[in-house]
Amino acid sequence: MNQVMPDMVLSGLEPLRVNKTTGFVNVGERANVTGSRKFARLIQEENYDEAIEIARIQVEDGAQILDINMDDAMLDGVKAMRRYLNLLAAEPDICRVPFMIDSSKFDIIEAGLQCVQGKAIVNSISLKEGKEEFIHYAGKVKRYGAAVVVMAFDEKGQADTYQRRIDICKASYDILVNEVGFPAEDIVFDPNIFPIATGISDHDNYAVDFFAATRWIKENLPGAKVSGGLSNVSFSFRGNNTIREAMHSIFLYHAIKQGMDMAIVNAGMLTVYDDIPKDLLEVVEDVVLNRREDAGERLVDFAEQVKGQSARIKESDKLKWRENSLQERITHSLVKGITEFIEKDVEEARQQADKPLHVIEGPLMVGMNVVGDLFGAGKMFLPQVVKSARVMKKAVAYLLPYIEEEKKRSGDESQNNGTIVIATVKGDVHDIGKNIVGVVLSCNNYEVIDLGVMVPPEKILDVAIEHNADIIGLSGLITPSLDEMVTVAKMMEERGMNMPLLIGGATTSKVHTAVKIEPKYSGVTNHVLDASKSVPVVSGLLGESKDTFISSIKEDNEQVRLKNANRTAKKAFSNLEKARANPAFIDWDSYQVAVPSVLGQHIFLDCPLTEIVERFDWTPFFKTWELHGKYPDILTDSVVGEEASKLFADARHKLQEIIDNNLLHCHAVIGLYPANGINNDQTELYKDENRDQVIATLNHLRQQVERPAERPYRSLADFVAPKNSGVKDYIGGFAVACFGAKKLAKQYEAKLDDYNAIMIKAIADRFAEALAELMHEKVRKQYWGYGKDEQLNNEALIKEAYQGIRPAPGYPACPEHSEKATLWKLLDVENAIGSQLTDNFAMYPEAAVSGWYFAHPEARYFGLGKIDKDQVLNYAKRKDWDLETAERWLRPVLGY
Amino acid sequence: MSTSTLKTLKAILSERIMLLDGAMGTMIQRYTLEEADFRGDRFQQHTSPLKGDNDLLAITRPDIIQAIHEEYFSVGSDFATTNSFNATTIAQADYAMEAHVYDINYHAAQCARRAADKWTAKTRNQPRFVIGALGPTNRTASLSPDVNDPGKRLVTFDELRGAYLQAANALLEGGADILMIETVFDTLNAKAGLYAMAEVREKWGNVPVMVSGTITDASGRTLSGQTVEAFWISMMHGDLLSVGLNCALGANEMLAYIKRLDQISTSFVSAHPNAGLPNEFGEYDESPEQMASQIEWFVKGGHINILGGCCGTTPDHIAALKALADNYAPRTIRHCT
Repeated sequence: MNQVMPDMVLSGLEPLRVNKTTGFVNVGERANVTGSRKFARLIQEENYDEAIEIARIQVEDGAQILDINMDDAMLDGVKAMRRYLNLLAAEPDICRVPFMIDSSKFDIIEAGLQCVQGKAIVNSISLKEGKEEFIHYAGKVKRYGAAVVVMAFDEKGQADTYQRRIDICKASYDILVNEVGFPAEDIVFDPNIFPIATGISDHDNYAVDFFAATRWIKENLPGAKVSGGLSNVSFSFRGNNTIREAMHSIFLYHAIKQGMDMAIVNAGMLTVYDDIPKDLLEVVEDVVLNRREDAGERLVDFAEQVKGQSARIKESDKLKWRENSLQERITHSLVKGITEFIEKDVEEARQQADKPLHVIEGPLMVGMNVVGDLFGAGKMFLPQVVKSARVMKKAVAYLLPYIEEEKKRSGDESQNNGTIVIATVKGDVHDIGKNIVGVVLSCNNYEVIDLGVMVPPEKILDVAIEHNADIIGLSGLITPSLDEMVTVAKMMEERGMNMPLLIGGATTSKVHTAVKIEPKYSGVTNHVLDASKSVPVVSGLLGESKDTFISSIKEDNEQVRLKNANRTAKKAFSNLEKARANPAFIDWDSYQVAVPSVLGQHIFLDCPLTEIVERFDWTPFFKTWELHGKYPDILTDSVVGEEASKLFADARHKLQEIIDNNLLHCHAVIGLYPANGINNDQTELYKDENRDQVIATLNHLRQQVERPAERPYRSLADFVAPKNSGVKDYIGGFAVACFGAKKLAKQYEAKLDDYNAIMIKAIADRFAEALAELMHEKVRKQYWGYGKDEQLNNEALIKEAYQGIRPAPGYPACPEHSEKATLWKLLDVENAIGSQLTDNFAMYPEAAVSGWYFAHPEARYFGLGKIDKDQVLNYAKRKDWDLETAERWLRPVLGY
Repeated sequence: MSTSTLKTLKAILSERIMLLDGAMGTMIQRYTLEEADFRGDRFQQHTSPLKGDNDLLAITRPDIIQAIHEEYFSVGSDFATTNSFNATTIAQADYAMEAHVYDINYHAAQCARRAADKWTAKTRNQPRFVIGALGPTNRTASLSPDVNDPGKRLVTFDELRGAYLQAANALLEGGADILMIETVFDTLNAKAGLYAMAEVREKWGNVPVMVSGTITDASGRTLSGQTVEAFWISMMHGDLLSVGLNCALGANEMLAYIKRLDQISTSFVSAHPNAGLPNEFGEYDESPEQMASQIEWFVKGGHINILGGCCGTTPDHIAALKALADNYAPRTIRHCT
């Protein structure tokens, strides 16, 4: 049997697989004291902080492996290698990639191998000192568990012809595989890339020989890889980056065609082959492929003409704004969200300012005001503002130690525009919107104290009083949170507080705020629609003409209350009896019940992310970022299209990172049970087909607002066959959740990167929603199996063009949240997938979806509307609650 | 000796799922031992307190250690894991017992050897094996103890290699059949261990080696930051009998990572999770039935070759796992490309 050669696999914190699918692998060249004068100086001066940044930039620029070389006569190479690798081990962004430990001295290589937990590559060993030494070193490398680069080098010297290259590589390969037992897939040959167009005709065929040797190795030495140090090839053109970049790209283009697997390159300095101008391409390709005798001379002439042109101009164009005034540079960084130069510019500003605080109040605020104006004018969008905030936070973090020092000296208190305490209320865990508001306010120089999620009212008030806050902001997403906000307002009144109270979040509304919250509190209470409105509201409340602003809010709320009173007064109800007598009509006699292929609970752990992604509905994602429009049209929208596209690109990038590294974990649990309707709008679920053991009873609500004669009063109860119909029906339940976002977001927040913190949560939400969609599809097609023949694309799925519904307790058809507890118990959700319910039945983690499956073709989503007291009393009896409790959970739908 | 052991093990593993034992610490706790038990006669004059140095009991209360091994054998374990989790010079420094590390390992292996021989004689068709356990030590080779100096290390590769080498030799002298580098939270420590294993094999022949890593939480990474796949890649040169995961997680939490190992490992795959996650008192209270119902997913999917328990598991747990394991086929090794 022909044995399949395994892939070469390497690791840092994460795996790297080198095979056809991975394609060509970039090895970052710059952490090399022999190749980079800057790096050599940094190591010499023991400036390791900056030396680490050189590694980081390369990984950010796309290096998949990092070459590290400390071979310098002036250095203690062993010590420097150890120190540098140990420091890199503390940088997860960097050491996620494998390292290439590069030295001509084996003691330095060994020191390096003792410091890396991943599987590294040694660069290099060779037959230079003879076979015995070669075997000794190779054996050690094998024992340390590393791959190895073998130079085409023997006792006679470096191979510089095709024949010498393949002879030495073949000899090395045979020794490694047959005598050392080295895994063939872990052998990488470096057949020597030499400078070309040097003016010496012996060198003209170097590149061509390299290509031929590469091809020969790939064809004749099974498993072996080919690598090389790319910048050597253009050595004669130092100082002329246009030519060098072109030579690199063209050389690589041809080498990869012959099978080169990896090369040591400057990841940030590669141009795209297709982007090389025709004339340049021709002269360089002539040299690389040795196509004409005068190729070298022609390239030298060409190089004289272009010297320092295009590439440099392009570079300086990009950085032209760096020549502007300090204020313009700071503003530019803030508006464009560039973090690279901000600390340098802020330092410059600090030196010019009397006090470090003035830098914030002066140049930084001037810049942020520009951001604020553009945002207000709809010329910047939320994702950009969050990126601006990232720059601002960096700048402030830089200044903070100076400000503290200054404070100590002068005793001055810092001035900000005001202090705002924000929190997601008790029982609720949703915080994306609140976090966005926090970011937007803090970059407008308000001090924001963010208390996080599930914050008890006492704590909110205590903190507000302690910090002498100017405003309190409350956020919440689920309907019970509305009640919690009323509680906070009441308690503020009891404590005699008078600071403005702001209300925000998906279920909150102007009406609810005006009708239910404001009357409880004599201070000003205002609903804030979204983050972009938070700044004008806050600045209005705290600004000079705040009195006028406050009275206009109060007037507004009064109007809303009046209007609402008129509307509710007009509402008429049918009594519960009449409503129940007119349910949605379903002809059960002619109904063919689909019997689920399997009953009971099923758990799906770590559902494959790639499968879930196919079910993403992106439209709500953009809405989270306050970009309104339907996906994919939003990407080409004339107003927000550009920003939406950028955001989408960032999201796709993050998504790929999540998938590649398995950063989020999506679990699901479903259950299908025999069920029948009984009186009182209830559904009974049975343990098994005997239908004699009730394991759960669902309580539904029924529409009650008076309807025209022919229109039914709907209830979810209608969609399950009544017991007395004799039809044996079924119902399903599900809960899905996406884990891991909070932790990742925390990591980003710690790095002052709110943009990615919000991004990760928004993506986790998409995963949860998409998994709910995916599970529903599986239930329809497989587990329940009533939709086996369904053929729908993602768009049709998003439009819910399928049979059956999956409403969740808390949604318009069944707005009472406590029913979720029944679902949780039935499916044993907490043990099955680890998702929990808070006191107010919010799901944790917040990226979660749950609900009931109804299969009947007539089952549809509807809004319950308001209900009357007779139904509330009836519901209280069913749930064994007193009236007060029932009214609390049903408050959003109370119609009296 | 070892080559034939390896052959026997491979033959059994290709036929059925094999059973490790459960927790040692949990069982020792049942005996409520005092300082005097730990000291025995031999260490009466030792200057530092010794209570809590469980590994020492192999010398001072071998009766108890052997009895615990036998309890696990009686419910069907194929392996006894020696009571030597902390028996390296690096870990024993806490008790100033570095000088006795060789003896502790030797006696730990002896206790297990006696129990195994007794049970092998009883059940000829089920030979019992002794796994010499090599714990992670309490130092990390790739993490700094000092936030202000991320480059600082309290232990070097060579120190770790030496400590593993010493413990491994003593365990083999004492009669261990297999060596297991377990509870790996820092892969670099384990790599030093594998280097020592290569040296051990020069002397002892092809000793079977198992490696078991620890995924610390839902991030799916080791303490030193590697993903499961990266961890396996760092270990794959060790010519391992098995690779697996233990500790830190309960079976439910561990399943996803075992599935990952199942997909990529070219060795046998092992799992010995905790009895759930610790409750608010820091105790592991998952019942044998609860644990078994979760482990069923491991065996149903054919993800596993070797099963056992870590913290909080008892002979009752192992009995429940044994019952499960006997009903399902073992994982077959894939030849990954």
